Amino acid sequence: MEITVQHPLERYIRSEKMPTTWCPGCGIGTVVQSFLKAIDELGLDPKDLVMISGIGCTGRVPHYLKFDGAHVLHGRAIPVALGVKLANPKLKVVVWGGDGDIASIGGNHLIHAARRNADLTVIMINNFIYGLTGGQVAPTTPKETVTYTSPYNPDSKPFDVIKLVAAAGATYVARWSTAYPVLLKESIKKALNHRGFSFIEVISQCPEIFGRINGFKEPYDLYLKIKKVGQIRRGISPFEAKYDWNEEISLGEFVNREEPTYLEQLEEIKKKARGEKA
Amino acid sequence: MMEKGKVLYVTGNEAVVEGAIAAGCRFYAGYPITPSSEIAEEMSKRLPAVGGMYVQGEDELASINMIVGASMAGAKAMTATSGPGYSLMQEGIGLAVATETPVVIVDVMRAGPSTGIASKAWQGDLMQARFGSHSDYEIIALYASSVQEAFDLTVEAFNLAETYMSPVVLLSDGVLARMRERLYVKGQDELVIVNRKKPTESPENYLPYKRGDDYIPTIANFGDGYAVLKDSLTHDERGYYYERPDIQAKFVLGVTEKIRRNASKIYRWQEEYTEDAEVLFVASGVMGRIASVMVREARQEGKKWGVFRPISIWPFPEDALRRAARNASKVITIEMSVGKLVYPVKWTLRDGQEVSVLPWLSYEAPSPDDLLNLLEVKA
Repeated sequence: MEITVQHPLERYIRSEKMPTTWCPGCGIGTVVQSFLKAIDELGLDPKDLVMISGIGCTGRVPHYLKFDGAHVLHGRAIPVALGVKLANPKLKVVVWGGDGDIASIGGNHLIHAARRNADLTVIMINNFIYGLTGGQVAPTTPKETVTYTSPYNPDSKPFDVIKLVAAAGATYVARWSTAYPVLLKESIKKALNHRGFSFIEVISQCPEIFGRINGFKEPYDLYLKIKKVGQIRRGISPFEAKYDWNEEISLGEFVNREEPTYLEQLEEIKKKARGEKA
Repeated sequence: MMEKGKVLYVTGNEAVVEGAIAAGCRFYAGYPITPSSEIAEEMSKRLPAVGGMYVQGEDELASINMIVGASMAGAKAMTATSGPGYSLMQEGIGLAVATETPVVIVDVMRAGPSTGIASKAWQGDLMQARFGSHSDYEIIALYASSVQEAFDLTVEAFNLAETYMSPVVLLSDGVLARMRERLYVKGQDELVIVNRKKPTESPENYLPYKRGDDYIPTIANFGDGYAVLKDSLTHDERGYYYERPDIQAKFVLGVTEKIRRNASKIYRWQEEYTEDAEVLFVASGVMGRIASVMVREARQEGKKWGVFRPISIWPFPEDALRRAARNASKVITIEMSVGKLVYPVKWTLRDGQEVSVLPWLSYEAPSPDDLLNLLEVKA
């Protein structure tokens, strides 16, 4: 079949890699679309963008985007990304990862990147579960839900990752859901222009695994649940935000402040080492 | 400004730092661990002064992955570690292998297993240097025996990494790390410095993992405008993941054959009195130096002994060892370990040649007489 109409974001996509591995109804595509619109609206040069990811469904994002990219080890996207950024500061480096990749196996790197105010944007797509490995419990799985390794519900309470990164010193922290792709796009634009460490969590639906195990028959059912539980709160601190499956998962921009970035701090050190005045 | 040569009196760890800076290393990430920490300390002082960057990673996993990222963006990057830290880095070394990213990893070998004795030397990691990360790959590992060689081999490690688009392991040990000797730091005009090849094709025609006759791919750095994808997954010439037997086979052959086919250019060794040696001692690193003093003294007493010191532990200089051992009825490895070097020696030599190991199971370097005594006790 001849393709007569091109996708408006075609120039950013490795179309030869289509179709994606993502299941029908998965939320990752929505997030990628918001991201591509954001870079398009900002007019960023594709040559200056680098996508780094670890392992997981979200980890596959760099496969499909026509930018420099690396799909690295489970949990290690952030240190690889930091190495890239420090070696070539003109590049805009974006880390893509799921909740397991970023907040479990990669958790130590996450908090230290936040502490350093590392010049990176991290987009964590939280689907409450390990999807690629077939549905195991994650550190973000709500107590009220089940997975294949937590059939009697999770044994412990979930991380609210925005509190974690805010406490560790992140200077831009926001949480959105796939129900708000335009607000997400605007937030990604801010994150990409932010000086220092920017972190966006996106609550997303995994209909094929998380949805099925938890009784959501159609992707749409899980999407509606996510739409309903996500409540936009303006002007609250990340520590007032809620992460409650029954009541509310608070959405919004929770931190946005300026501090010296990691690169700026390293440049100061270079000056000191050369005996120049800071 | 062209750096001129200079004479220093420094430790093995300091010589590694001098070598790295001379080779063009401008990015270091590491995590403190004895007996490698002086490399990090010296790097934190020196690198920013030459326009480089030093990062103390939150752990060894961060450190190895940071240097892989830095190298993907074009920097010559290095880490140094020891024992437990080297174990933690193995998965990251596999990432550098699979994405064909040049990095240098210094392993200052210490007594183990596990935490062992932090400040004391051992020679237990030779096999880990070769096989530490999972599945099929080949790697380059060099082992220095003196402060001067620590400098020279650090420069070579970077050159080999850039030439073969591969991680290179520089082995040292707790003795060399703190041993102080004269070092001649070569000036920039006395050094050969290799930088990785850059693609010349247009981005449309470019295949990052395509191999020429030498089997070495030309991989663009991030920021070069090639939209290159570097994947830890099995990938084709475009760098794209596909689950297909032929792509898996090509991927594995790529990262193994590029070292195997070029092995004769990588082999490095030293030998003494091997022409007519009836007993050949094989020892590496500082043990190789001590063994060579022992053999020199034995020659004065008329004993037909020889000594062979592999410098490239991997790839192991097989042909050179076969030649050196051609007249030897006995081949004995001398190791500060129950025996690691003995394995490649056994694989290399012909059937019927007696190969054994003389294990020096103390973390203090022996004197040549100590080795003689041990040899007599054993005989």
